[in-house]
Amino acid sequence: MWEYTDKVKEHFLNPRNVGDMEDADAVGEVGSMACGDALKLMIKLDGNERITDAKFQTFGCASAIASSSALTEMIIGKTLEEAEQITNDHIAEYLGGLPKEKMHCSVMGRDALERAIACYRGDPEKEVEGEVICECFGVTDIQIERAVTENHLTSIEDVTDFVKAGGGCGNCHDNIQDIIDRVLGKGPRLKKKPAALTNIQKIKLIEDALSREVRPELKKDGGDIELIDVDGNRVLVALRGRCATCTASEVTLKHYVESKLRELVTPELVVEEVSS
Amino acid sequence: MNTIYMDNNATTRVAPEVLEEMLPYFSDYYGNPSSMHTFGGNVERKIKEARADVAALLGAEPEEIIFTSCGTESDSTAIRAALESFPAKRHVITSRVEHPAVKNLSEYLSKNGYRATFVPVDSKGRLDLDYLYDHLSEDTAIISLMWANNETGVVFPVEEVAEVAAERDILFHTDAVQTVGKIPITLKQNNIDMLSLSGHKLHGPKGIGALYIRKGTRFSPFLIGGHQEGGRRGGTENVSSIIGLGRASRFVADHMDDENTRVKQLRDKLESELMRRIPNAFVNGDTKNRLPNTSSIAFEYVEGESILLMMDGLGICASSGSACTSGSLEPSHVLRAMGVPFTAAHGTIRFSLSVYNTEEEIDFVIDKLPPIIERLRSMSPFWKEAQQPA
Repeated sequence: MWEYTDKVKEHFLNPRNVGDMEDADAVGEVGSMACGDALKLMIKLDGNERITDAKFQTFGCASAIASSSALTEMIIGKTLEEAEQITNDHIAEYLGGLPKEKMHCSVMGRDALERAIACYRGDPEKEVEGEVICECFGVTDIQIERAVTENHLTSIEDVTDFVKAGGGCGNCHDNIQDIIDRVLGKGPRLKKKPAALTNIQKIKLIEDALSREVRPELKKDGGDIELIDVDGNRVLVALRGRCATCTASEVTLKHYVESKLRELVTPELVVEEVSS
Repeated sequence: MNTIYMDNNATTRVAPEVLEEMLPYFSDYYGNPSSMHTFGGNVERKIKEARADVAALLGAEPEEIIFTSCGTESDSTAIRAALESFPAKRHVITSRVEHPAVKNLSEYLSKNGYRATFVPVDSKGRLDLDYLYDHLSEDTAIISLMWANNETGVVFPVEEVAEVAAERDILFHTDAVQTVGKIPITLKQNNIDMLSLSGHKLHGPKGIGALYIRKGTRFSPFLIGGHQEGGRRGGTENVSSIIGLGRASRFVADHMDDENTRVKQLRDKLESELMRRIPNAFVNGDTKNRLPNTSSIAFEYVEGESILLMMDGLGICASSGSACTSGSLEPSHVLRAMGVPFTAAHGTIRFSLSVYNTEEEIDFVIDKLPPIIERLRSMSPFWKEAQQPA
């Protein structure tokens, strides 16, 4: 039997904001029946991009229903920008924690929220990015890498708990281990860093990382990047050169620049593109 | 809140008469049955009685029974003994729907110098006999098939396969953990060489099992040690549990008729009433060849763990074929082997009754489950779509 917190049980038995929303401004759907859980998140926004209402429909276990319910409670009243900061960890924390094997339920919540926000902003329905590593559950290398980086995962079992990859036939275990090794190979350096950086230190480290690691890579493809500002953990950048017109620039920004900066500076950073 | 226990394929209540029989052997009669003194000898005599009771339940001779620690130990002992006794033979045949005790051992063997064939089943969980017979070879040391499936209750024609195995000089073992005590067995009248059973599935205690080994079967012990069990299983006897298993064997023999009439009727009522009240539900497995106590029902578009937890809130105990309950991510290997679609496998609930269940309990579940399913479906993003006419 799972050891669910009282809060998980309470949200499961009395889910908030469950149901359909006919006039939703944005919808985010993740998962499938074959995978064992699925979540449809629907949101309404006011003129200031503030979430005024949220509804969900979930097929899944108690923690999937509770995570969905918690997510709606967490985002109502928040602006899109604020909602974007929510991570799977925040959802789990809100519920007083989830069993390790059930962390993927919180990841599903975060993913649905991301999809809904992308849907609202008119981003085309994202294709599966990256290379599918786990065939059983359709999980890509990018998703695995992100889970490993964000949640400091160290084993295949961890990865399965968070994104399900490796939970089926097991044929992809070697590939998952490779990804973990790749991320961790650079990880220890990051862990030794002092927890709190001053703003000046942070900006300096970001500048360094951009010029030493990121810029040379982008230049190979005829692109460039400029640091505009650093606001707390938000890193505002402008893409230049070929990057500025590239349709894959968002991928570059999120999956390359952001993960590089998180790795080299601090894991809380969020990279955003500004036009200037 | 009353507990309504319908998970008897997981474990059963120790019958009060079984417990009563066991208790003095923890406290007053603690002698070692191997000792020379009367104090120990009295315990030995009691073990002899228990062995005779188990043998009687199986239609076998007492010398053909050895006590083990559990069903898994019995299974491992049987299969490994066969391989050790016939070192030239490197092939094991089993089915795709076995309990992990046999399935995982066979998978392990297949990675460690042996070949294992996993015989498929059809959508009703029936064994593909042609496939099995096609894969018999000179190299086959043992066929191990469960007598009845723990998840669906589907009964395999093990006596028929045992006969074919005997003609081909292949050992035949059956994991009868779910079968013993539920349907009559007479090993004197068939060709089964080895049979595993477990105490806690038949109202005995946990931590005790038995293995039947037909007289004249080549054998090699799994636990090598003292002379206990005729040298076939070393280790001081788990005295009180052996006595409990003996008493439990008499208990289930006495209740065999009740199990196959009243309990079966309760199961059938539960099943047919739930089918009548809940749309998009179906029974898994071959209902014509099934244990009298088991019902595996798939509720489409809902997830099993959620159903179980909501039932748990009402004191109803059952189990699920869903992934989420086990911590694995895929639904049960049994349902997958049967090709039950994911939409239904995730929402499969197993009810397994015992002679302790009553009609009031069945009526309670019939009353309480439909609104649970309806509520969970109303939360499901797939349910509304599924309701629209194609």
